[in-house]
Amino acid sequence: MSREALAESSPSRFSPEAGGTGSQDMAGLLRKRTRIGESIIEGSLFFAGAVSILTTIGIVYILARDALTFFALPEVRLADFLTGTTWQPMLGEFGIWPLLTSTLIITAIAMLFGVPIGFFTAVYLSEYASPRFRAIMKPVLEVLAGIPTVVLGYFALTFVTPFLRSIFGDDVVKIYNMMSAGLVVGILIVPIIASLSEDALHAVPDSLRQASFGLGATRMETSLKVVTPAALSGISAAVVVAASRAMGETMIVALAAGAGSNFTFNPFESAESMTGYMVRISGGDLSYGSIDYQSIFAVGLVVFLLTFLLNIISRRIVLRFREVYE
Amino acid sequence: MTSKDTVGNKAPKDLFPRGEEVEQDIRKRRRAGTIWRTIFLGATVFAVIVLSVLLLKIINDSMGLVAEEAAIPERELLRAYHEGRLTAAPNSAPGGEGDPVETAESLADLPYDALVGIYAANVSRGRCRAVEREQRFFADSLVCETEELFAQVCASDNPAAACALGPRDSTQVIRLIRADVIKPKVVATWNALESITNREEILATAARRFPNAEVYFKSWLSWRFITSPQSSFPEIAGIRTALLGTLWVVGIAVLVSFPLGVGAAVYLEEYADSRSRLNRIIQTNINNLAGVPSIIYGLLGLAVFVRALEPITSGAIFGAGDAAATANGRTVLSAGLTLALLGLPVIIISAQEAIRAVPSSLRQASYGLGATRWQTVRSHVLPNAVAGIMTGVILSMSRIIGETAPLVVVGASTFITTDPDGPFSKFTALPVQIYQWTARPQDAYRDIAAATIIVLLLLLLLLNATAIFLRNRYGKRLG
Repeated sequence: MSREALAESSPSRFSPEAGGTGSQDMAGLLRKRTRIGESIIEGSLFFAGAVSILTTIGIVYILARDALTFFALPEVRLADFLTGTTWQPMLGEFGIWPLLTSTLIITAIAMLFGVPIGFFTAVYLSEYASPRFRAIMKPVLEVLAGIPTVVLGYFALTFVTPFLRSIFGDDVVKIYNMMSAGLVVGILIVPIIASLSEDALHAVPDSLRQASFGLGATRMETSLKVVTPAALSGISAAVVVAASRAMGETMIVALAAGAGSNFTFNPFESAESMTGYMVRISGGDLSYGSIDYQSIFAVGLVVFLLTFLLNIISRRIVLRFREVYE
Repeated sequence: MTSKDTVGNKAPKDLFPRGEEVEQDIRKRRRAGTIWRTIFLGATVFAVIVLSVLLLKIINDSMGLVAEEAAIPERELLRAYHEGRLTAAPNSAPGGEGDPVETAESLADLPYDALVGIYAANVSRGRCRAVEREQRFFADSLVCETEELFAQVCASDNPAAACALGPRDSTQVIRLIRADVIKPKVVATWNALESITNREEILATAARRFPNAEVYFKSWLSWRFITSPQSSFPEIAGIRTALLGTLWVVGIAVLVSFPLGVGAAVYLEEYADSRSRLNRIIQTNINNLAGVPSIIYGLLGLAVFVRALEPITSGAIFGAGDAAATANGRTVLSAGLTLALLGLPVIIISAQEAIRAVPSSLRQASYGLGATRWQTVRSHVLPNAVAGIMTGVILSMSRIIGETAPLVVVGASTFITTDPDGPFSKFTALPVQIYQWTARPQDAYRDIAAATIIVLLLLLLLLNATAIFLRNRYGKRLG
């Protein structure tokens, strides 16, 4: 009876006759068979998964190959690239430091500005806010995170820069400057830090808070001295991820920080960053095989290695220092 | 000590001394608490402030008073037409002499013949002939070109575009009249806020500084702006080319990354043995890829799709012909494939979460009935994960739609006026257009950049609204 029902209900594999005749046929039917269709499907699904590996291999291979071609050029010396403080492709001077310092200064400004704001937002949302306030604020942060970076670049150039110039004076703040770019990159990383840190704070068990309140601690003392240390690994990981994001950020920097390398530590000066250089050079008519073309891959390799390193560090922090609560 | 005692006098003096010092300490701690609370709240509100300032700034820039000088104002052309002439005196002051003639409201109300007549009468014969060789005005007759010469050009080895195309329509002719005859030139712009609060003063200044200019309130974002092709003059430029480019590129990116992303997620969640080394590497690798800066993907696209695969991405091996020679691999297809790789990690990660959320009882029931693995995936896992998967796809779309750097690196054209008409055509895109216009120093370009930003943000809003709708509509499948 039940066998018949089975035969009726599964349309393809069991023929109606097989259902009625006996257990020997059933045994044959139920034996594991290699199904070609299934193998093809599994194969193509595996290929889809492998595309991501191919992408990574592609990135590493392309960057390494073209960067090596660049360093093999007679005009370029690796030692000068790593130590030189002038980046003038026209004059054959390829020292990465002006581009690197600009990237680092912009990242530092962004972190100094974005990390406290992002972290405080996370504390407020996780420890203080009413559910209703959270329900309003989370989408606002998501919208801010979803604003295309070229739009933030527009904002940096047409709002933040004039604002800075009106405060510090036109002769101090250049039209294109690292400060404006850094502040807006800071705005960009606020939602990243806020959302990742809030997840970390949220994961801290309530018993810790209750114990702290029970000992008479205020909410602020509980938040900063009990909950935050317990979530520190997640928060540090968020900060490192944000640093990686800030370093790889392109459009804000390309629009607001100016064109042309400049070895300076004054944040109100204009100085092109690594990503800014790459996007400016490739935006023009780029002839393949020219020294400009090769140079963007060498710079790209440096950007890739720096951001990759930061991402690895962030993963390590999470694995290594995570406090596990049952 | 009984509990009664504690309730009666809260803290027995011997255990909790209540000296002045302690009270001071508590006051200090409370004050610190309030101060920090305000700081935390301030930081939280900061996001709201930034977002509002950003949006207001963009809207403020996208409209406002402009002072526009025209070589020959539109109204003069209309007046002349109604007085029976085709040409008008150049640069006469607006609102000047004479009664307002009962005229058609705009060029769009004139018949097609009249528009062509006005155009031909006001431009040089050489320009008119060049325009007619691009596309003719009438199917059966020629306006500026002579029949013999035209036939000669069409018979030559390198025939003009007009030989194959049908005639123009009035929208196109009006566009030509604006570009070649009226030649509007915005000489000064003011943003919306100062235009409203300070209107009188602006009108006075404008009348003094630009006596020939017409001052009016202009919204740079208009239907004409959305439907006009790119131009080197901000007054007549539009974003049609860029909008279509964005749709093409994002369309191709999604067509490629959707099956790959869902396939990878299904493989990792349903097929892969998570203990195997290879599969662990794939998983870690996807997480790492999500953190690679987008400009690096641009370099990958440039080296692989634009250069190494040029015969494919330029369409040369499919016989795409002329377009391939000029586009050089810097095509819609290359850009789409690059963005597909960029969007892939987001799709995979969210599809994995959606698949993981499908209760395993469903799978066990399906296997218990003798279904194969693929049958289980296709009929039970995927239908129940569809809402989450679609949300992930849309999230990934809204990330790549605003991507600028990879498109610039892959080789978005700096200036094209022809619509992209296939995967092998050159392209530009909305964010690229915003970048190029913002990078120019003139105010009018900043204003059209702001108008373009509004269009891009509206597209994003539409995408996200769709995602929320899908989540609400199909998200409750399992109750």
